[in-house]
Amino acid sequence: MNDLSDLYQEVILDHSRSPRNYRPLEAPQRQAQGHNPLCGDQVTIYLAFEGDVIKDISFQGSGCAISKASASLLTESLKGRSTAEVKRLFDQIHALMTTGQSRGADLGKMAVFAGVHKFPARVKCAMLPWRAVVAALEDEGRAPTVSTE
Amino acid sequence: MNAALDPTTPRPAAPTTAWELLRADFPILDQRVHGHPLVYLDNAATSQKPRAVLEAIDRYYRSENANVHRGIHELSNRATAAYEGARARVARFLNARSAEEIVFTRGTTEAINLVAHAWGARVRSGDAILLTEMEHHSNLVPWQLLAQRTGANLRYLPVTGDDGGLEVDRLGQLLTPEVKLFAFTHISNTLGTVNPVAELCARARGLGVVTLVDAAQSAGHLELDVQQLGCDFLAFSSHKIGGPTGLGVLYGRRELLEAMPPWQGGGDMIANVEFYASRWNVIPHKFEAGTPHIAGAVGLHAAMDYLDRIGRQRIFQHDQELAARAYEQLAGLAGIRLLGPKTGRAGLVSFHFSDVHAHDVVTVADQFGVALRGGHHCNQPLMRKLGLESTARASFYFYNTAGEVDRLVEVLREIRRFFHVPL
Repeated sequence: MNDLSDLYQEVILDHSRSPRNYRPLEAPQRQAQGHNPLCGDQVTIYLAFEGDVIKDISFQGSGCAISKASASLLTESLKGRSTAEVKRLFDQIHALMTTGQSRGADLGKMAVFAGVHKFPARVKCAMLPWRAVVAALEDEGRAPTVSTE
Repeated sequence: MNAALDPTTPRPAAPTTAWELLRADFPILDQRVHGHPLVYLDNAATSQKPRAVLEAIDRYYRSENANVHRGIHELSNRATAAYEGARARVARFLNARSAEEIVFTRGTTEAINLVAHAWGARVRSGDAILLTEMEHHSNLVPWQLLAQRTGANLRYLPVTGDDGGLEVDRLGQLLTPEVKLFAFTHISNTLGTVNPVAELCARARGLGVVTLVDAAQSAGHLELDVQQLGCDFLAFSSHKIGGPTGLGVLYGRRELLEAMPPWQGGGDMIANVEFYASRWNVIPHKFEAGTPHIAGAVGLHAAMDYLDRIGRQRIFQHDQELAARAYEQLAGLAGIRLLGPKTGRAGLVSFHFSDVHAHDVVTVADQFGVALRGGHHCNQPLMRKLGLESTARASFYFYNTAGEVDRLVEVLREIRRFFHVPL
């Protein structure tokens, strides 16, 4: 049962039950949707900036405990970050979720996702909001949609 | 941990039933997954293979392997006899009039695609294809492609709702002269509904509408008699009835198969080839281009023999008993929504918890050794209609036991406890 409690750590269960920043932004400057057609998981990320720095970030959607907690923790950890920082963090999170190693990076609470790598079928769930946020940053146009498939 | 779920807790010895004795024929079932005895409840996706099938395939490769139909040497004769023997066995399995009505394909999906292409060549703009809302994507997308190619329209016989019935009363309204083909599933892989195939075929036949039955979920679970059902086409997959993957069967009424053009070109499907034109082989070979899955057919032959030794009627009865046992106990769990008919359902139960996502259910169940499926089950339009994104599904076969159903329920209770939701 150790793998299971590695995957569903208390922090993850908590954030999946009471997600933080779960609301739309009134005037988002960027937004993007993530969609997992395999299970129907859907997440929308809303972003507002001050210069290059994320001033406000929120999300809405439906999905499994892993994708919901990942989105919730993402919104907490990205406030105040620059675009370049977000992209660097994306690579570190991706490495963490696929290998279980943080390689010296300080990922804060996001470190709870190390257990996901033992569940290859669930990496997509955990990465979904991250893919959406990067799509929002890269897409100059409005509201792109990324898919896990 | 709950003692009942601890793999080291000794279990009381249950009386052994004849069904449990069959488990010894399936080497794969005798293993632990994540430290727990494997409880394989994903049989609607694929079934496990009895030793008789594994040995038949092994024997074929060790002593008979050669290419079929064109060799003169001894091994080729043996391989041809084995392959054509399997075809004749399928004809008996379905009570087809002759082996010529049996076409081997890669699976149910390819069989339906074959019909959509070859029979579909006669479809014209303005024609209509009637489906039901409970079709698997494999009996839906090939018809969408046909409709796009030809300008034909698709129509759907509605599903009644969570209880998983078909609005058969609407058939009269939907079966207008534009409808050329009615394709529907025998057993829904998501709802567990058993559709009244003979009745639906009779309604269509009365109006000159061709019928196709998707028997992927039924062929290994109940007796099929294509003459009694009155269908024009019927498709199923070897791997869901104890046979190997990569092989399927299309039954087609002789007159229809003979009138259809080929759909893939290559060796074996021709009678004579010239540089600019060819003549086609006779049915069923006209539809089997290239070297077929000979070993697969040998394995399927063994699987059909195995099933019929048990008796498909008895298998279906056992399926239904397990499904009823599961349904009854699951209905008692808080926050659960059960799909499909309350009674008379096939051997599967699809369910949705209001507070635990299907993927979380399946992930945690797997850690207890219980193999379930979670997702849309290749039924996206139906799930959308029912307002669901995904469900978890337990599907049974004859080697599953009442004890395994109870274990499923026990594990689901543990999962709800794990996610701190009311039991």
